[in-house]
Amino acid sequence: MLWYALRRLVLALPLLIGITFISFAVIHLAPGEPVDLQAGNMNAKSSAQARQLLREMYGLDQPIAVQYWNWLGRIARLDFGRSFAPDGRPVLHKIGERLPVTLMLNIAELLIIVALAIPIGMASATRQYSLFDKVTTVFVFIGFATPDFWLALLLMILFGVELGWLPISGLRSLNWEYMSGWRQQGDFLSHLVLPILVATFGGLAGFSRYMRQSMLEVIRQDYIQSARAKGLSERVVIGKHALRNAMLPLVTILGLSLPGLIGGSVIVESIFAIPGMGQLMVQAVFERDYPVIMGNLVIVAVITLVANLLADIAYGVVDPRIRLGGRGRR
Amino acid sequence: MKHFWQAFAKNRLAVAGGAVVLLLVVLALLAPLLAPADPHRPDVHNMLGAPSAKHPLGTDQLGRDVLSRMLYGSRVSLAVGFVSVGIAAAIGIVLGALAGYRGGLVDATIMRLVDLMLVFPRFFLLLAVLAFLRPSIWTIMAVIGLTGWMGVTRLVRGEFLALKEREFVLWSQAVGAAGFRVVWRHILPNAMAPVLVAMTLGVPAAILTESGLSFLGLGVQPPFATWGNILNEGKDAIEIAWWLSFYPGLAILVTVLSYNLLGEGIRDALDPRLRQSRRLAASRG
Repeated sequence: MLWYALRRLVLALPLLIGITFISFAVIHLAPGEPVDLQAGNMNAKSSAQARQLLREMYGLDQPIAVQYWNWLGRIARLDFGRSFAPDGRPVLHKIGERLPVTLMLNIAELLIIVALAIPIGMASATRQYSLFDKVTTVFVFIGFATPDFWLALLLMILFGVELGWLPISGLRSLNWEYMSGWRQQGDFLSHLVLPILVATFGGLAGFSRYMRQSMLEVIRQDYIQSARAKGLSERVVIGKHALRNAMLPLVTILGLSLPGLIGGSVIVESIFAIPGMGQLMVQAVFERDYPVIMGNLVIVAVITLVANLLADIAYGVVDPRIRLGGRGRR
Repeated sequence: MKHFWQAFAKNRLAVAGGAVVLLLVVLALLAPLLAPADPHRPDVHNMLGAPSAKHPLGTDQLGRDVLSRMLYGSRVSLAVGFVSVGIAAAIGIVLGALAGYRGGLVDATIMRLVDLMLVFPRFFLLLAVLAFLRPSIWTIMAVIGLTGWMGVTRLVRGEFLALKEREFVLWSQAVGAAGFRVVWRHILPNAMAPVLVAMTLGVPAAILTESGLSFLGLGVQPPFATWGNILNEGKDAIEIAWWLSFYPGLAILVTVLSYNLLGEGIRDALDPRLRQSRRLAASRG
């Protein structure tokens, strides 16, 4: 098992280098021609200055290979430079204070999706074409098609404006400091309800669909028939034999959909004014705060890579066939 | 082909999806004729007007007719959807064909690149690229296309791996056809079915991405209307003018839903074998 994990780790190294390479290529998109001042609502007033700063920071006048090597060296030392914003703080500090928020949201989201999608998928697969199956299928198609920002706006109108039940922005109320400990916790949680609801909606649709599909395939297999023939109860056959096998593809899909989930936090955080990485990214893009943009890009990509790696290793744990040979999930 | 139409016609949801898709294309093409008002003309006497006979979907902060803006916006969505999927498919077909036909180091390199692009959270990458470029409909199309070719690459590669060992391909090679001719005339046509399905399902994904970017204010810039930026302007007025937020979102939902139903219908009608390959492709993002 340890060997398997180590091998995955080594295989991730080229991806890591690739991540830095793509990010590096993005820097070189910096326009050679002056940025158009009429570019809509993009703040371009500082672009000339910004370009100068970029040139100094990344040494854009040196040969490409030298630039890349220097940039790689800085990344390795976690030196992402300082923000172009007036506060001029190190990029790493800015990201560091926002990372936990985004991680917490994404982990909560993932746990809720998995906890709900598995039973939903199982129930609709074992009762294929039942009313429940049909209702969930409709939900799945709607879930795939609903723009998350629209859902967020509708929920804000309903629960925030019309009913006034839930707060619609930030993570804390204005009078947070004057609340007792328990009230503070409750206040915090109530701020999370809508963002997490929106973030889980689309993902839940996808995952319950995959779970259903996977379960449908598994229950047609011979070993399920033989488990039944052995006289095992339906509960054991489905809940134990079928479930374990049906969950295998789900682990892979989980790993592969992480980039999408993390990307989704950009919109959710922007709408609900949650101080996470996604919101930081959007602000930085508007302010053309290039060091923050690059730092964000590299760190988010690395986090996704690590999460993928964990999913790979988890796959090795649940499926012994993978550990013994072959090329992982292919 | 006859078999395909029969199977497709039986799937009522898919036919309905296809009909709505057609309708949307017609509406977008005829927008200038159908729009009840000029989408850019402000009306200071009727700002944030509720839906009425004159303005069926109300007016926005500047008094512009929302229905007209949405009709024009549908052109942007459609154009971005088709062009970016075209770009993605072109890249995917070339790379997938190379990887599948050549194999070896070429294959390994291309597939590592695919893995790498799949690890990148696409939305962050899009934002980073857009920060350096000026957002316009062209850059949006280009960046969505350039970051969305991985699924098609994998599909085409898989088809090529399977097809290049088939007899008709081996035979044409045996009689001395050049590599390019073998690929272009014999393998590619046989590999196109799953690509077409992937493209049909790629259009709504691109539309969702574009509207998300426009919603953040990083997509197609005002005064040009898109469903995403009408929503973006509408969100500041959700407490008083719900119609500004409601209808554009509903339009996106209906559009995406129809394309998905159509795409899945085509897939199921084409070949039961495709269910397998499409599902794998979808799971790979």
